[in-house]
Amino acid sequence: MSSPTSDLPRWVDVVVLPLCSLLLALLVAGLVARVAGFDPVQVLGLLVKGAFGSRVGIGYTLYYATTFVFTGLAVAVAFHCGLFNIGGEGQAMVGGLAVGLAALAWSAQLPAWLMLPVLVAAAMVGGMLWAAVPGALQAWRGSHVVITTIMFNFIASALLSYLLVNVLKEPGNMSPETRAFADSARLPGMHELLGALGIDWPRTPLNASVLLAALAVPAVHLLLRATRAGYALRAVGHASEAARYAGIAPARMVVAAMAVSGALAGMVGLNEIAGVHGRLLLDFVAGAGFAGIAVSLIGRNHPVGIVLAALLFGALYQGGAELAFELQGFSRDMVFVLQGLIVLFAGAMSPAVASWLARGLRLARRRQGAAASPEAARG
Amino acid sequence: MGETLVLADWAVQAGTLVASTLRLATPLILCALAGVLCERAGVIDLGLEGKMLMTAFTAASVGVLTGSAALALLAALAVGVALSMLHGYACVTHAGDQVVMGMALTMTAAGLTVVLAIAAFSLGGQTPPLPEAVRADRWFLGLAGALEEVPVLGPMLGVLIGQALLGHTGFVYLTLLLVPGVAWLLFRTRFGLRLRAAGENPAMVAAAGVSVARLRYQALALNGVLAALAGAFLVLAQNPAFMPHMTAGRGYMALAALIFGKWRPGAALAACLMFGFLDALAIRLQGAHLPQALGGGEVPVQAIQALPYVLTVVLLAGFIGRAVAPRALGVPFRGGHDR
Repeated sequence: MSSPTSDLPRWVDVVVLPLCSLLLALLVAGLVARVAGFDPVQVLGLLVKGAFGSRVGIGYTLYYATTFVFTGLAVAVAFHCGLFNIGGEGQAMVGGLAVGLAALAWSAQLPAWLMLPVLVAAAMVGGMLWAAVPGALQAWRGSHVVITTIMFNFIASALLSYLLVNVLKEPGNMSPETRAFADSARLPGMHELLGALGIDWPRTPLNASVLLAALAVPAVHLLLRATRAGYALRAVGHASEAARYAGIAPARMVVAAMAVSGALAGMVGLNEIAGVHGRLLLDFVAGAGFAGIAVSLIGRNHPVGIVLAALLFGALYQGGAELAFELQGFSRDMVFVLQGLIVLFAGAMSPAVASWLARGLRLARRRQGAAASPEAARG
Repeated sequence: MGETLVLADWAVQAGTLVASTLRLATPLILCALAGVLCERAGVIDLGLEGKMLMTAFTAASVGVLTGSAALALLAALAVGVALSMLHGYACVTHAGDQVVMGMALTMTAAGLTVVLAIAAFSLGGQTPPLPEAVRADRWFLGLAGALEEVPVLGPMLGVLIGQALLGHTGFVYLTLLLVPGVAWLLFRTRFGLRLRAAGENPAMVAAAGVSVARLRYQALALNGVLAALAGAFLVLAQNPAFMPHMTAGRGYMALAALIFGKWRPGAALAACLMFGFLDALAIRLQGAHLPQALGGGEVPVQAIQALPYVLTVVLLAGFIGRAVAPRALGVPFRGGHDR
């Protein structure tokens, strides 16, 4: 993925480069919007207004950002171990499936204080399993994790669709959905939690998952930076052979990294299934796993960067949804175009962008030098 | 009379199944060949899905707007090659991450095609149906008709050969010819030898004074042409119009087939035909019921649909043979003639 790019100064590499990539992506997306017959400036204005202009908008933005924090961290953890986990999509599906199964099985009997921790565990275990298998195949059988996680996405989608259509579907319901869970399996909404604290907050899909996402960020950071296991994980990602000489078993770290990555992706299932829908259904992941790749790329795999990137993407998704209402003929797919372009410029083309930047810097310096030298000659 | 009817029913089933297998396998074969060419040169292509989608959209919209099949095909080819050149610029010239590039192409294409289709046609992301003049002709219909005229065996030959193998569009036959064509190019020409060397040991190629970058660009150009043919097939032969996300993961399935075929054109063809057959079977068995002996109930179509992916994982895990990728696959080459 984004390798240490070039001989640019560090501040350029860490701050300017991602911003330039983002700007390029915005420019090209703006061009597409123009070609599609919209005024890019108006679109951007409406987008920001839709995402941050009201408390409802902010609620939705944070709800989307919750999902992207989970999938972004998932990609980043695997990346730190030198793995590219494209399977966030499938891992989130299986996480949601596990949440759904646990809720259907026990929500009628268990009280919420017992049920909710079970659901969190189910989401994590589901995602973990779906990622650990490709991890193990990579570690011990040498199967490339990129390919196997892609395959696992399709297998997860087939599994979910089979179970929903043939086994779990609520009798009499036309669409493939399960019956609604009992109340104990519903994650409280933020409007309820804030209401209990006496703060008035409008009803949005934003739910307690956002608190878990807020916990996950420092937890992942500490895991990677302040624990032995995290050090071993990064050592394997950096130089697998050197790590082996240091007494670290790379195979085990690969499986562990994928397991943690999958557990994080699985939490998307909690946010969607227990937090919003209250029943298991199809297509609740809707590309969030792939969005995680963009989030972690633009966030440079750093927790703080990922939070910022997740907020950006949350705003894009919410703003895009609002725009689809406001502007006739505007499709939310415009957001996916921008997302793809961000992966293009911040990911695949980041060495290219870096070389453009370096050339620009050299040119600027030479010009400066040229401007300075006559004076030097005179003096 | 009753006897022949029963026989005919069985034959008709087989005939249609073979025919739809061929039709469903064609874009897979084209994409798998596209993948074989560039992966043999050392460049991973996860962007097949996106290239196919973009070229399908291009062929459909140019076909609708100009009414010319030739222009539709040319435009698709131009877009396919252009996308591959972008792929080369990012990953060969600047050593960008090849996997990420594929994801970027696919994600952007998925959104861009819908946005542009809505802007151009206001049909919710579809194009209008392509005019009949633009659609690909079906070949060998006369021969199929002649077969049916054969005394006694006529009806049987009509379905088993006429319906199954004849009367497809030119794309299908061209694709089947391209398989030995690509194999010949890769394994019987100097260009093919160098291309494969660029994917196995690029330093050696550079040491021999041949540009690795140039070879990889050439492989990518051919890859763009083949992916564009696959995209064009989807709208000029298979579907009446462009639909959003109409590739539906076929680019990834082709990738699975190419791995299943161990990066060899002939074996990839076999894998594509198998996957195409499973696809045809799943469509055919939708809503059908299992025999009582197997417990009745609906046929789990999803299991058939997931089978190609499961099989590929099992193969990759080394439980059925061993799929060994080109050694320098995914590794950017720096040095030599590149810079």
